[in-house]
Order: sequence, then structure tokens, then C-alpha cells
Amino acid sequence: MRTILFLLEKEFAQIFRNKAILRLIFIMPIVQLIMLPLAADYEVKNINCSIIDHDHSPYSRRLIGQIEASTYFKLVDYQQNIEGAMPKLEKDKSDIILEIPQNFEKDLIKEEKATLLIAVNAVNGVKGNLGAAYASGIIRTFNQNIRMDWMTFPKMNPIPEIRISSIPWYNKMMSYKIFMVPGILVILVTMVGSFLSSLNIVHEKEAGTIEQINVTPIRKHHFILGKLIPFWILGIVVLGLGLIVSYIIYGIVPVGSLFLLFSFAAVYLIGTLGLGLLISNYADTQQQAMFFSFLLMMVFILLGGLYTPIESMPEWAKVITKFNPAAYFIEVIRMIVLKGSGLKDILPHFFAIGCFAVVFNLLAIWSYRKQI
Amino acid sequence: MNLAIEVNELTKKFGDFVAVDHISFSVKKGEIFGFLGANGAGKTTAMKMLIGISIPTSGNATVAGFDLNRYPDKIKQNIGYMSQKFSLYEDLNIIENIRFYGGIYGLSRKEIAEKSEKLLEKLDLQSVSKSLVSSLPLGWKQKLSFSIAMIHEPSIIFLDEPTGGVDPITRRQFWDLIYEASENGTTVFVTTHYMDEAEYCERVSIMVDGKIAALNTPKQLKQDFKAASMDEVFYQLARGAKRSDH
Repeated sequence: MRTILFLLEKEFAQIFRNKAILRLIFIMPIVQLIMLPLAADYEVKNINCSIIDHDHSPYSRRLIGQIEASTYFKLVDYQQNIEGAMPKLEKDKSDIILEIPQNFEKDLIKEEKATLLIAVNAVNGVKGNLGAAYASGIIRTFNQNIRMDWMTFPKMNPIPEIRISSIPWYNKMMSYKIFMVPGILVILVTMVGSFLSSLNIVHEKEAGTIEQINVTPIRKHHFILGKLIPFWILGIVVLGLGLIVSYIIYGIVPVGSLFLLFSFAAVYLIGTLGLGLLISNYADTQQQAMFFSFLLMMVFILLGGLYTPIESMPEWAKVITKFNPAAYFIEVIRMIVLKGSGLKDILPHFFAIGCFAVVFNLLAIWSYRKQI
Repeated sequence: MNLAIEVNELTKKFGDFVAVDHISFSVKKGEIFGFLGANGAGKTTAMKMLIGISIPTSGNATVAGFDLNRYPDKIKQNIGYMSQKFSLYEDLNIIENIRFYGGIYGLSRKEIAEKSEKLLEKLDLQSVSKSLVSSLPLGWKQKLSFSIAMIHEPSIIFLDEPTGGVDPITRRQFWDLIYEASENGTTVFVTTHYMDEAEYCERVSIMVDGKIAALNTPKQLKQDFKAASMDEVFYQLARGAKRSDH
């Protein structure tokens, strides 16, 4: 126990003297929380739209007017035919082409149906898909308005209409930021846990001080605890800081229990610290540790449900997410912060993350060698 | 028993490569024992086995009265080690380094405070006790490193090329520290590339290709090899070596 105190004293003296670590701990959460939600926003605006109007009728002009009026589209081009519009699409200058056929108005009135063509530049799939969806939405509204115009004899046209209205729960404004910020906090905590701790230990390898430590009668678990406790505390501090920042900037107040959130984070951190230790046992240089941590972070982020919902992943990817500790914390932090879930709701996650913590640390202790 | 270290057929293999090949020797208590050899001869590997950070492939040794294979931790409590790779924490100050190493060797806070004061006075470092180790000149660092390796008063001190890269005056001062430790009864086990330092040792062993090629007092070695200096002795032995750098 006394040995651990000496280790902690030394570790904290080094951390507080290391400007890079301090900057990472205090500036990273603030910058990431401000920048990432802004950049990683799925709302698409300024979709560049080319229009080909073969009809030149009042109805076609009305449709174009409605597209123009929406905030999503920017009309960049009017062309006579599709050949004229393609070069812009090919050069990425326009994202979507709307072609209104000849006799659009006539068909609409006489045949009661008309065809429109939407060509989408799917290089940026998100923008293209959303653009097509927005355009369809506008056309649907346009369609309804026209029907209203005709329905002079409701008896003759008794088509029932179902209107769907939705109420967004837990995130009333459907704000993407509120959804993203808690997830980003998880990434921050993960970075402190696995990244900083592994870099720190590998640094001792590089400096040769770990050899000196190995010559002393220090116990293996003392040394490991002396390394893990400081970064465990840092991780908790970073989470607290991140919550404060997200309150100040985004006004996010966790609906659920803070105590529950921090309890989960505490267990989660033990797991990621074990992972960091495991990395450092196999890395000989800080570069190696950094590259490996980076790779892991990519997997954690991309297969963690931070940007893309796990439910829409292919089966094989879903299997991987089961072994991704970050995925559990991302889900839990959203449940607690946005929904106010209680212990009972997150019990399975708690169990899973507890297993991760035990397995990673056992592996780390097993692979840590005082001797070669 | 009058032996500090007794080595019996100690061997270390890395795959097919035999780094240390069945070496046997003993070191008397209080002796200054020079452990020489060209780069790649296997002396660092041999030393790492003796200090318990490398597990022997075969053979055994008794260090400070404890069996190497059975009580490596008991040995660690009773030895000090200073490596060629400078091993104090550069981002801690002198006092913090002393406190840390004193602490993990199990010294009480009171003992640490007393020892720190004595140590700073002896090395004349009081004025820079709060300076980061990274700001000190290499010679000071090495003297400090030696004194910290001695902080728990070990019965044997292992020094791995302790004077690499410092000027002759600092080396001389460093050897004063070694003599003083030896006079106080500490056994000194030292590797070096400087042949003038080999002359300061009471007995010297020279390793060639993983084996001990010669072991005797410097005086006797010079006689045996009909050489004027240790330099010549070393050249005669090392010339026959099959492997140089690793």
C-alpha cells in the first residue's frame, strides 16, 4: 500500500509537469465538443439542383417555385435537356437533376398521373439520398395541393388520406447535437483510458526507467495499480469536465442519475485502462502504441454506433459491436443523459462492461513481464 | 560464506543463438569485480540474469546469498543497479527521484528525508535539489544515479557501463564513489569499455563469444598475456572473437 502511494506521488508529479498531457486533458474535450457536433451534422443543406423543364406550364413553374423556396435546395442550373445538365453533375457542381417531362401539366390533369425524373449524384451518398428524399417530399406536398384544387366534387374522389404525424420523444427538437455530444464524451474518456495510459507506460520503456523499476523488489500489481489509478482519476475528471462543457455550450442537462453515469464510467474506465496496459505490453515505442490505439479508436468509433446506428449495420458488423466496449457506453450514456434510464435499464450493459474490465485486466496482468 | 556472487554454468539462449554459454565464476564480498567484453560478447545479458530481469535458460547462481532461480525478489531487495541507459526520471526533480526510489525500496519517509540530505550534501547538490534531472549535466546525473541505486544500502551494486560518455575528471570522481562503496563493504560488479578503469578493479573477467576467456587480477593477467597494459590483454583476447556487434 505504501509503495502505491509513492508510485502515485511520482505519477501525478509527472502528469502535472507534462504540458502536452494537461493540454490534451483540458483542451481536447472543449474543442472536440464544439467542433465535432458541428461538423458531423447529418442535416444537409444547400443541395445543388439542376432543373430541366420540358413543359413550361404553370404547374411546372409552381413546382420549381416550391423547390426554390425550400431551404434545402439551391438552383444552380436550368437546362433544355439531360445532356446539358450532366456535365455539372459529373463535375460535382450539382447534386441532383430534376427533369419535368413535356405534357406534365396535361398528363397530370387528364391522366391524373405524371412522371418526374430525379437523377442523383450518389458520390456523396448522404447528400444525394437526402436530396432525393427532400425533393420527393416537396413533390408530394405539391401533389396534395393540386388535388385540393381539383377536389370540387368530393363525392367523385373519395380517396381516403392517412396523415402521419410524429412526436419526437427524449430529444424534442430532434437536434443532432444533443444526440452526438454524449457519444463524443465516451470517445474522450476512452482516449484517456487506453491512449494516454499506454503512451505513458511505453514512454517508461523508451526512457529505460521501466528496467530500473524491474530491478527493484516492487510487486507487479503495485506497479500496474500505480499506473492505472492516476489515469482512472483523469478519465473521471475528463467526463465531468465534458458534461460541464456540454451544459454550458449545448444546455444539455442529463435527465438520468449522474451517480449512475459516473458509476458506469468508473467500470468502463477500468476496462479501457486494462486495454491500454495490454497495448503497452506489446508496443516497444510510442509510435507503435499510438498507431495501434488509433486503429482501435477507429473501430470503436465506426462500429460503436456513434455516427451510424448499430441496428442498420450488416450482421457481421453487429457481431463485432458486441465486443466493442465503447458501443455499450455510447448506448448507456445516451440512455441516461437523454432518456433518464435507470439502473434496471442498463443492467445488461453493466454486466457486459464488467466482463470486459475483468478480461482486459487479467490479460494485461498476465502479459506484463518483469522478466524477459 | 565469503562469496557475494557465485555463478554456476549460467546459460542464456535466444533461439539458436547462445548469448551466454555456460559461464562459472564467483565474486568475493567487498570486491570490485570488473566484467569486461567486446560489444555482443554477452556481458549485459549475463548481468541481466544476475539482477533478475532475464531468466536463465539453464544453470544457476547465488546472488547476495539467495538462489537466483528461486528467490529473485529477495535478490532484488539486496542489490542496486545502475544501467548505461540513464535511468532516473528526467521530468522529476532530484528530491522527487530520491523519494520515489527510496519509497519503492521500502524506506520510511523519515529515512528518506535523512538519506536525501546526506546524499545532497555529499554530491554537493543542495542548491539544485529542486531542479529537474533533465537540466543536470551528464556527469552529475551519473553520480546521482549511482547514489540513488545505493539508497537502500544494498550488499552488491551492479554497474553497467556507468561512465559512458563523460570526461576523465568526472570518471575519476565516479570511481571515488565506487571505492568508497567498496570500503564500506559493498561488492561492486562493474562492466566497462575503458581499460584504465579495468586497472582499478581488484579482479577482472573478460568475456569472448559468450564464454569467460580470462579471469584474474589485472596484474596477473598482464603477466600471463605478456602485455604492458590491460588494453593489450583485451586486444589479444578480443581479436579471436567470432561475433562483434549484435
